[in-house]
Amino acid sequence: MQMHTDAQILMQDVSFTYDESASPALSHISAKIRQGEFVAVLGHNGSGKSTLAKLINALYIPGEGNVVVCGYDTKNEKLVWEIRRRAGMIFQNPDNQIVATVVKEDVAFGLENLGVPTEEMIPRIEQALSAVRMSKYADSAPHTLSGGQKQRVAIAGILAMEPSVIIADEATAMLDPSGRKEVLETIQMLNRSKGITVLWITHFMEEAALADRVLVVTDGKIQLEGTPAQVFDQVREMKEMHLDVPPMAALADDLRKEGMPLPGGILTVEDMVREVEKVLCPLKSAT
Amino acid sequence: MSIEIRNLTHTYSEGTAMRTVALEDVCMTIEDGEFLGIIGHTGSGKSTLVQHLNGLLKPTSGQVFIDGEDLNGEHVNRRALRQRIGLVFQYPEYQLFEETVAKDIAFGPKNQGLSKEDIDERVRYAMDCVHLDYQKYSERSPFELSGGQMRRVAIAGVIAMRPSVLILDEPTAGLDPRGRDRILSMLEQLHAEQHTTIVMVSHSMDDMARLATRLIVMAEGKILATGTPREIFSQEKMMMSAGLGVPQVASLCSTLRAKGFDLPPDLYRPEELKEHILQLWKNKNKMNLSGKEGSPC
Amino acid sequence: MLNNITMGQYYPVDSTVHRLDPRMKLILTIIFIVAVFMSHSFVGYILLLGFLFFACKMSKVPFKLLLKGLRPLRMIIILTFLLNLFFTSGEDLWVSFWIVRIYREGFMQAVFYSLRLIFLVAGTSLLTLTTSPVALSDGIEMLMSPLKKIHFPAHELAMMMTIALRFIPTLLEETDKIMKAQTARGADFESGNLLVRAKAMVPLLVPLFVSAFRRAGDLAMAMESRCYHGGEGRTRLRVLKTTRNDWIALGIVTLLLALIILEGIYLKGVLF
Repeated sequence: MQMHTDAQILMQDVSFTYDESASPALSHISAKIRQGEFVAVLGHNGSGKSTLAKLINALYIPGEGNVVVCGYDTKNEKLVWEIRRRAGMIFQNPDNQIVATVVKEDVAFGLENLGVPTEEMIPRIEQALSAVRMSKYADSAPHTLSGGQKQRVAIAGILAMEPSVIIADEATAMLDPSGRKEVLETIQMLNRSKGITVLWITHFMEEAALADRVLVVTDGKIQLEGTPAQVFDQVREMKEMHLDVPPMAALADDLRKEGMPLPGGILTVEDMVREVEKVLCPLKSAT
Repeated sequence: MSIEIRNLTHTYSEGTAMRTVALEDVCMTIEDGEFLGIIGHTGSGKSTLVQHLNGLLKPTSGQVFIDGEDLNGEHVNRRALRQRIGLVFQYPEYQLFEETVAKDIAFGPKNQGLSKEDIDERVRYAMDCVHLDYQKYSERSPFELSGGQMRRVAIAGVIAMRPSVLILDEPTAGLDPRGRDRILSMLEQLHAEQHTTIVMVSHSMDDMARLATRLIVMAEGKILATGTPREIFSQEKMMMSAGLGVPQVASLCSTLRAKGFDLPPDLYRPEELKEHILQLWKNKNKMNLSGKEGSPC
Repeated sequence: MLNNITMGQYYPVDSTVHRLDPRMKLILTIIFIVAVFMSHSFVGYILLLGFLFFACKMSKVPFKLLLKGLRPLRMIIILTFLLNLFFTSGEDLWVSFWIVRIYREGFMQAVFYSLRLIFLVAGTSLLTLTTSPVALSDGIEMLMSPLKKIHFPAHELAMMMTIALRFIPTLLEETDKIMKAQTARGADFESGNLLVRAKAMVPLLVPLFVSAFRRAGDLAMAMESRCYHGGEGRTRLRVLKTTRNDWIALGIVTLLLALIILEGIYLKGVLF
C-alpha cells in the first residue's frame, strides 16, 4: 500500500473546489516536503492556505491530483486514520479543539480513538505533556489555561499519537505575543529534537522568517517559494500580494534603492547591524 | 471632552481566595484629540482599565470623571455619559446579530432614541468612516462578509453612536496583514480628519509606532511609564522589564548607537532611520575623499 | 456579571464516598430511592435519616451543603405539607376551626410526604456532590452500554455530556463578553416589562447561537482530525473499577432497603 518516495508530503498537481463555490480554492498545486523540514506557508485569508492544510490531514480529498502523506494516498478511504495519526493538526481557535474537561484526558482523546490500551496510554500522555512543558497542568480544567497553554495542550494531544508531521493552521493567530512565542518555540523544539516535519501556516512574517523554507500562497496558487531570505528579498512582489516582509528586509530594500550596497537576505536586526557595519566601516568589520 | 481617572483600583472576586488586584491606584487623563496607545503584557490590567472608561465595571475605589462628572456618582445619568465613550471590544465581530449590515450599525443609534432620518444618516456616516460602500454592503447580511469586513461593520456600529472618544481593545487581533492595514488606515483617517480622540490597546509595537501620539505602558495593574512613542521606544530596558519589546527600528537604532555610530537616540520610524543611515553613508563617502572622521571606524 | 455560577454542585474533597465507582453510586442512589418509597412508618424514616447522616459523614460533605440543595424546592415541600395537612380526611379529628379540619392521619401524611421529598432531594444531591459530572457521565455510559445492542446511543450521549460540560464555562464567558459589548452600544437588559426584556435578549442570543454553531463546526473538524470515529474500538483512559468498598456500600444500602421492607411487613402500625 505504501508508496516509497523521499518526500513526506507530496502534492501532485492538486486542485480543490468547495461545493458551494464557483472558483477553485486551490488550483494545480505541486509541492514536496521532506522529512524533518520546517516549512512555513504564508498567505492572507482566503488564499487557500487553510485548504492546503486540510488536504494533508485528509479532512478534504483533492478534486484533481494526488496528496501523498508518509507514503499514503489520501484518496484511499481505508487509510484515513493512518494518515491522520501520522499528520496531526492544530487549529486556530484554542478553545474549539479541546474536547475533554481535564487536560490529561484531552491528551488521551486521540489515543482513545486509536484504541490504544490504557496501560500504554498513561506513559505516552506523561511524555507528551512533559515535551510541551505542561505536566504541571495535567489535572487542570482547560478553561483555566491561557491561550498559549491551551495550544500546547493541543500539541501534546497530537504528540501522544506519535506523529511524523504536525500541521498548524494559524495556530498563533489568536494569541498574544508571549503565547505566540511559547507555541512557536515548542514546535521548533519538536522539529529539531524529534525530527517532526512541520507545516506552519501563518500570516505573521516574523514566524515564517524562522522556517527552513517558505511557500507563499495567493489565489489558490504557490506564487513564491524559497528560503526566507529569498522570499523576503522580493519586497515588491510581497507588497503587491498585501503581505508583510520583516521590517529589516523592507528597510534594507529601501536603502538598496538609494544605492547603498547592502546584500540580500537581511531579516533580523543582527543581520542589519552586521551589514551596515561592513558598508560603513569596512576595515573594522574585517578584523 | 476629557476623561480623568483618579486613584482607580479594581479588585476581582473581592473577599474570596480568587481575589486579584487588576488595577492599583491608577491616575491618568485622556486629552482631547489625542491618539493614545495603551500597551502591556496580558494581565497587566489594560482591558480592565478600558472597561472602566465606559462604566462597564465599577471601581473598587477611585473615580472616573468624564468632562468633570463622576461616572459612578449618585445623581449622574450613566447611560448618557456612556454614550460619549464608544467602546470596541476584542473580536467585536462576535457581537453582530442583525439581518443586514445597516440594521446592525443602527442598533446603537436606535438605543439612543434618534429619529429614522438621523439613524440613516449615522449609518451612512459610519460606513463611510470604515470604508464600506453603502450601496454595496448596507443590505447584505453581516454573516456573509469576510472576517475583516465583519470587524469593520462592528466598529461602524460604535462609530455610528458618534462618541467623542473611541476606545478599541486590540482592533487588529487575528486579522491578516491586509485586514489589519485596512483597520489601521481607517483609524488614522478618523483621527486626522474627524479629530476623534482615539484610545487603542494593542500588542503590536509597530502599529503603535505608526499611529499613537502618546503611549501608556502598563505592568501589573500600574502605569509603568507614559510619554510620546519617541520617549517610550528609546527606553528599551524599561520595555523589556515590562515583558514588551520595542519596534525593530528602535532596537536597530540603539544597537548602532552602542557601536558608536552617530545617530539620534530616539528614532523609531523606518523612514527616519533610513534617512540617517543614508546620511552616514554619504558622509563616509565624502570623508573618504577628505579624510575626515565621523563614524566609529 | 456571570462569575458566580459554579459548575454543577460537585464538592471536590477526597473521601470514601467520592472514591466509590460512579456506576455503583448510581445503583446505590436508585436503591435508596426505592427504599424511600417503600418506607411508610417513623421507624423507616428514622432508618433513612440515620443512613443519610452516615453517608454524609463518610463523604466529608458538610451537612449544611446538603440542606442547601433543598432551598430551591422549599416552596414545593411547604405546599406538599400544607395540602396534605388540610385536605386529608380521617377518623381522629385534632383541630376543627371554621372550615379547617385537621386529622391525625392528615398530619402524619403531611409529615411523611414532606420527609419523602426531602430524602429524595438529599440523596440525589449527595450523588452529585460526591461525583464529578464527568465521572457521572462515564458511569451512565457504562451502565447503559449493554443497551448498545439494541442501538441505544450510550457512547454518543456520554460524549455529548462531556462536550457540554467542557463548553459551559467557555460559553458563559462569551455571554458575559457579548452582554458587555451590547451594553456599550446602549442595550439595556435590566429594565422594562417581560416582553421588552425578552426582545432585549435578541442581540445577546443571536451572537451566542452563531458562536455556538461555529464552535461546534470547529470542534467536529478537530475531533475528526484526531481520528474520532464514534465509540467503536475506542479505549478509555479512565477505566472504572469496583473495589471492596463498593461492595460494602452496596451491602449497607441493600440492608437498609431490606430493613425497611421487613419493618413494613412485620411492624406496620405497631408504633403509630
